Amino acid sequence: MKLSRVAKRFLLTIMAIGFTFIYLPLLLVVINSFNTNKSFAWPPTGFTTEWWSKAAVNEGIRDAVMRSLLTALIATTIALILGSLAAAAITRYDFFGRDTISLLFVLPIALPGIVTGIALNNVFTNFFGKLTFFTIVIGHATFCIVVVFNNVAARYRRLGVNLQEASMDLGANRFTTFRLVTFPLIRNALVAGGLLAFGLSFDEIIVTTFTAGAGQTTLPIWIFQNLFRPNQAPIVNVVAAALILISILPIYFSQRLTADKE
Amino acid sequence: MQRNPKARALSLISLPLAWLLIIYIGSLFALFITSIWKIDTFTSKVIREFTLQNFIDVFTDRAYFNVTIRTLVVAISVTLICALIAIPMAFFMARVARPRSRPVLIALVLTPLWASYLVKIYAWRTMFYPDTGFLNWLISPLGGSSPGFGMVAVIIGLSYLWLPYMVLPIYAGMEKLPNSVLDAAADLGAKPGRTFAEVVLPITLPAIIAGSIFTFSLSMGDYITVQILGGTFQMLGNVVYQNFSLNLPFASAVALIPVIIMIIYLGSVRKTGALDNL
Repeated sequence: MKLSRVAKRFLLTIMAIGFTFIYLPLLLVVINSFNTNKSFAWPPTGFTTEWWSKAAVNEGIRDAVMRSLLTALIATTIALILGSLAAAAITRYDFFGRDTISLLFVLPIALPGIVTGIALNNVFTNFFGKLTFFTIVIGHATFCIVVVFNNVAARYRRLGVNLQEASMDLGANRFTTFRLVTFPLIRNALVAGGLLAFGLSFDEIIVTTFTAGAGQTTLPIWIFQNLFRPNQAPIVNVVAAALILISILPIYFSQRLTADKE
Repeated sequence: MQRNPKARALSLISLPLAWLLIIYIGSLFALFITSIWKIDTFTSKVIREFTLQNFIDVFTDRAYFNVTIRTLVVAISVTLICALIAIPMAFFMARVARPRSRPVLIALVLTPLWASYLVKIYAWRTMFYPDTGFLNWLISPLGGSSPGFGMVAVIIGLSYLWLPYMVLPIYAGMEKLPNSVLDAAADLGAKPGRTFAEVVLPITLPAIIAGSIFTFSLSMGDYITVQILGGTFQMLGNVVYQNFSLNLPFASAVALIPVIIMIIYLGSVRKTGALDNL
């Protein structure tokens, strides 16, 4: 679109403000992780790597990271299977109640997390007697399904059914059609949805608070538990800084994928 | 395409639908039933006897009404702030920036979406810290002071958290716009400003609404950001959280307020096609 110089300058200013808004707080966390001052008063008083080396050997952090990774892995796997099945059914077939069902599938992310949290807590404690590691996974899988569903459904809507019909007219059976035609076409949507689901699960705290069994500390729960403890503040800050730096990696990969697509 | 499409659809949908209905919808329903049960005030045990007292308490007590209004004000402010920042940013990234730099720009906006929720709120805690925080350091030479923890900090923190959820659907919506539509508007004499207001905005409205579903719902149910940035400020989520272990039926009744608001909202925007943009 052709824009006047003033309009372009206005948009560039907004972009600059937007990016400052996004990055300034994150940058401060990374800088503070090297701050000698334990209360992080601004400006920093000196440079140290003491907090990083302390965090690196912290057992509690390692344990929480492993639990969060495992939770996200299982929840994402469940979500990839159930979410793509639902997407295939809802976008490619017309059946009674389809619109209502597709509305139902967005509810777990459209309703506030605390509602999901106490609803699941109530049912899990009444049916299973107690909360465990797997109650976390079930809770996470429930909203991860939605993310995969949305990604794959969007892809299916754009694809239409012509290619599959052509493949079957040419004699391929349903399985071969899926393997050679449908799957390669939806693969990127599955990866994108899976990455998003993994990230959401790894990061989730509200539903987790209500579904985690005793001692089942995920990384977000660990951070929250230690956030208000003054002598833990530098370690929490290092974990935060590390998460910010790591978060750049999935972005890089998901961008590579979309770049391949184009 | 299929011999028996109904049966094929049923076999595909049955497993995910069962998961959703049994685990999610079933739990929500159980929560609703709990909200019309009584509580033993000494043991905090739920007694399975019908009562409407919880709802009467929620709707007649002025304090809960105020919390609901406050929560709505925060959710609406956050949604508006996110929309005001996201619409021009998305427009720039999708239509103005050179196509080659678009993936980089969108990745730069996405990065904070992947940074942890707590990390982001933690970052704003260090920004807003009274007396020693960064904002105070920034503002005090100008004669002001950081607003400290409270409603303003909560609104800014939540806007920051949910901004990418608003940018992404709007970006996707604007990217889909065919160039021919914009060219037609220009050929008919519309200046860029008018094209934006009368062509781009109406067409991308469903995407904006899709973004608002996230910003609105996520803000309405939040209680952790409020604990970290709010000081003594409280929202509906905090009321639910505090009553959850002592009086589950009452907490359930309070939790139904955001559910009802969200269902009304979802129902009223469904016709715009916003749900397909999620």
